[in-house]
Amino acid sequence: MNSYETIIGLEVHVELSTASKVFCGCSTRFGEKPNTNCCPVCMGIPGALPVLNKKVVEYAVSTGLALNCTITKECMFDRKNYFYPDLPKAYQISQRYSPIARNGSIVINTNKGEKAIGINEIHIEEDAGKLIHDADNNITLVDYNRSGVPLIEIVSEPDMRSSEEVLAYLDKLRMIIRYLGVSDCKMQEGSMRVDINLSVRKAGAKVLGTRTEIKNLNSLRAIARAIEGESKRQIDILESGGSIIQETRRWDDSANESQRLRSKEEAQDYRYFPEPDLAPLAVSDEMIDRLRLLLPEFREERIERYQKEYGLSYYDATVLTSSKKIADIFEEATRLCNMPKEVSNWLMVEGMRILKEKEIDPWDMCLTPNRLSDLILMIEQGKINRTQAKEVFEKAFLEDIDPKAYIEKHGLGMISDLDTIIMTARRVIDENPQSVSDFKRGKTKAFGYLVGQTMKAMQGRADPKAVNEVLQNLLK
Amino acid sequence: MKEITSMSAIAISEKIRNRELSVEEVVKAQLETIKKREPLYNCYITIMEKEAFEQAKSVQRKIDSGEFTDSPLAGVPVAIKDNICTGGVRTTCASKMLENFIPNYDATVIDRLRDAGAILIGKVNLDEFAMGGTTKTSYFGITRNPWNPEHTPGGSSGGSSAAVASEEAFLSLGSDTGGSIRQPAAYCGIVGMKPTYGTVSRYGLIPLASSLDQIGPLTRNVSDCAAALEVISGYDPKDSTSFNINKYSYRNSLKSDVKGMKIGVPKIYLEESLNDDIRSCFMKALKTFEDMGAIIEIFDMDEIRCSVQAYYVIACAEASSNLSRYDGILYGFMAEGYEGLDELYKKSRGEGFGYEVKRRIILGAHMLISDNYETYYNKARKIRNIISRAYAKAFEKYDVLLSPESLNTAPRLDDDNSQKKKEFRSEILNASVNLAGIPAMSIPCGTDKKGMPIGLQLIGNKFDEASILRAAYSFEQTKPYMRPSAIEDNLER
Repeated sequence: MNSYETIIGLEVHVELSTASKVFCGCSTRFGEKPNTNCCPVCMGIPGALPVLNKKVVEYAVSTGLALNCTITKECMFDRKNYFYPDLPKAYQISQRYSPIARNGSIVINTNKGEKAIGINEIHIEEDAGKLIHDADNNITLVDYNRSGVPLIEIVSEPDMRSSEEVLAYLDKLRMIIRYLGVSDCKMQEGSMRVDINLSVRKAGAKVLGTRTEIKNLNSLRAIARAIEGESKRQIDILESGGSIIQETRRWDDSANESQRLRSKEEAQDYRYFPEPDLAPLAVSDEMIDRLRLLLPEFREERIERYQKEYGLSYYDATVLTSSKKIADIFEEATRLCNMPKEVSNWLMVEGMRILKEKEIDPWDMCLTPNRLSDLILMIEQGKINRTQAKEVFEKAFLEDIDPKAYIEKHGLGMISDLDTIIMTARRVIDENPQSVSDFKRGKTKAFGYLVGQTMKAMQGRADPKAVNEVLQNLLK
Repeated sequence: MKEITSMSAIAISEKIRNRELSVEEVVKAQLETIKKREPLYNCYITIMEKEAFEQAKSVQRKIDSGEFTDSPLAGVPVAIKDNICTGGVRTTCASKMLENFIPNYDATVIDRLRDAGAILIGKVNLDEFAMGGTTKTSYFGITRNPWNPEHTPGGSSGGSSAAVASEEAFLSLGSDTGGSIRQPAAYCGIVGMKPTYGTVSRYGLIPLASSLDQIGPLTRNVSDCAAALEVISGYDPKDSTSFNINKYSYRNSLKSDVKGMKIGVPKIYLEESLNDDIRSCFMKALKTFEDMGAIIEIFDMDEIRCSVQAYYVIACAEASSNLSRYDGILYGFMAEGYEGLDELYKKSRGEGFGYEVKRRIILGAHMLISDNYETYYNKARKIRNIISRAYAKAFEKYDVLLSPESLNTAPRLDDDNSQKKKEFRSEILNASVNLAGIPAMSIPCGTDKKGMPIGLQLIGNKFDEASILRAAYSFEQTKPYMRPSAIEDNLER
């Protein structure tokens, strides 16, 4: 069998997290009652006109700058015309002829090392509504809450060669966008959507093969599987003497295969033309300079700073900055408790463990910097032991609870009451006459056993030092 | 006293403010005239009787408490072209598609009229979705010309022009994409203005061609026109194509003085196959301006030769997209007995739209497909730029340009050719103005042998409505408004 090379380019739709929609003042909030965040503009009522949300332009320009793009200073919007019930105007306002940003690139890391992936363009567009199929009653309903939510589409060059590279690219893209704060990039909520363009060619060939576009990819895992599946499908066709048809395919993750959606011939002609309801958009040098200055400190810069400022290892700094959310918690909690190593340990060991075990997105963790700092200070002050602190940490990581209140409510704090310790120690002494006599005969090991038993009886919530002293006194 | 409904808008509003008449009396008189003449002329699609009386009460209260002292339209009944959204009142675009469409918001011009104390008296007829020049493509029947009911009132704002000429409204709002205010104004012997693109907000105007459409007033004289324009114009943050310039007091330009005014006449307009009566009437008008001290010059402006072709490409292309939303899903006509989504679309659109609308949608969609984009749409845009530059150059030299408003007077309703060939040529006089986004108005300048009115078109530079209003006002002093003498007699025929 010949060896083949897979060529992949991505189209990534990212929902911007502006408070209002791209062409009207309606809220963009996710998960509201259907058709409550709508107005004549986003419902396409005749005569209503779009007005561009300036924040969307700023977010898109910032993204363009962060992805090392050239910003288009004279921008236009265009109409993409097609019929579908979730598209109330029967056209989507997009940018066909002059996207807001072009010619960028980002560097990804895989185990093969660093690689630059080109960004062809970024354009602004509006999201469509959502169809809800009610199979029981055989009807379809439309929710227009999402109609008009701002999107940017980031189109990469066909620079990726494997699913590892694709995942690294998406990871990097998501990281940058989250560091920018322009989107939460949640695939499961649809605020980040990925389409794959994929072709294969014989290793060493110069010309690109015929590509297919794959849609309906709902998770990173589905993306990886779709890439493997589609590469194999195309190679099998070529190996058996067939040829690839340019078409759009739909990935069925449960069946682990793609199905044909439409061929190139069936593809719609979107009859693009400049949107006459919007004036041309001028992006000034001042705006670009201002936004460039406002770009946040990205991961690479933080990794360097964390090593210098907090004396962390390169590895620790890398893990802590893998999500802006965790990095922000680290910095703020450190500022509050002034114990960078402690904060880092908790996040690195316990935090990462929970993320992995529960398979959650760092974006969704509940832990706040002051809660983490509180918890660390309580350990430091001997108010709670580490075992129980771990339990509280996990709770506060996953749920909106205040560690202090939680510890009090559940009696998890250290028992500092001397009488309680003495009472327990006496009971242990009474129950273990053998150990007591062993100890009195000079077997120091037996004393350790008694301390252990007392600690155990107090669920570890006593200060071992105090237990030691009490036992020594009682056995004198 | 002259019959109430025969008076001009500002005259009636003055009488109301002076308490010679109550708003209710005026509204009542207006509704009586409407009821009497409507069976013949059919100007209205929806008469807002109940709403009008309610508004009358509230406006009267405000006048009594000292408001509206400088509001030239307070208490004046106004008719609205039925492609302008009125919250709670159906807005049909004269189409079966929107027969029962009730908008949930007011167009900005409606807000402005209400704020100025004007009374919305009803929604008037038009060509379906403003596509046409005769008002014959309306789903709600033909409208007749008050000068002769056998003739068309023009279009697409035919209901607007006929209502004002038949005194079924003191003034009306129309929309003009390629002459749709000016041509019916000319056909009905009244004043009609298409302002500079961006002067009047389009928010709430159901679009035909977004880059060409502009709302404007149709009135019985130039002073009413200035007053109405003053009320409806001004920046609107809800319309991204509206211009953010200071509100202009158009009434201040009503001066009878054109001494030294430089008036250009594009030669190409005189080369058109003008009807003899129109040509002689136009020449007389030029003479009148000369007599008043204006300087007239005929000059070459060949760049506008392709304006009709460019106009049709852009207008149809934009319309095809603007009218795509009528798919039977969220509002408007929904066909019965369909299987699947595609059939729902096809049947709803096939049954809901009339012939002319479908013709233009198909043309427009065809011109926008990617293989044709350069050949048609982009070329039309280039021609449009050439036309804009030609006008800009002309206005370096002239204050105002003059042309006949149409090649013929209002054709007979049964004249089938009126729509096809002649209309196309007539649009050369109108469409280039929309392509350039400049202001123009039509004022009456005489009648032909059959007694049908003739319009004179005055074209101004961008945002220079003042100059054309001044020229129009000066001309009007020599030729005051003529009432269609047979309005009443027509009813008896």
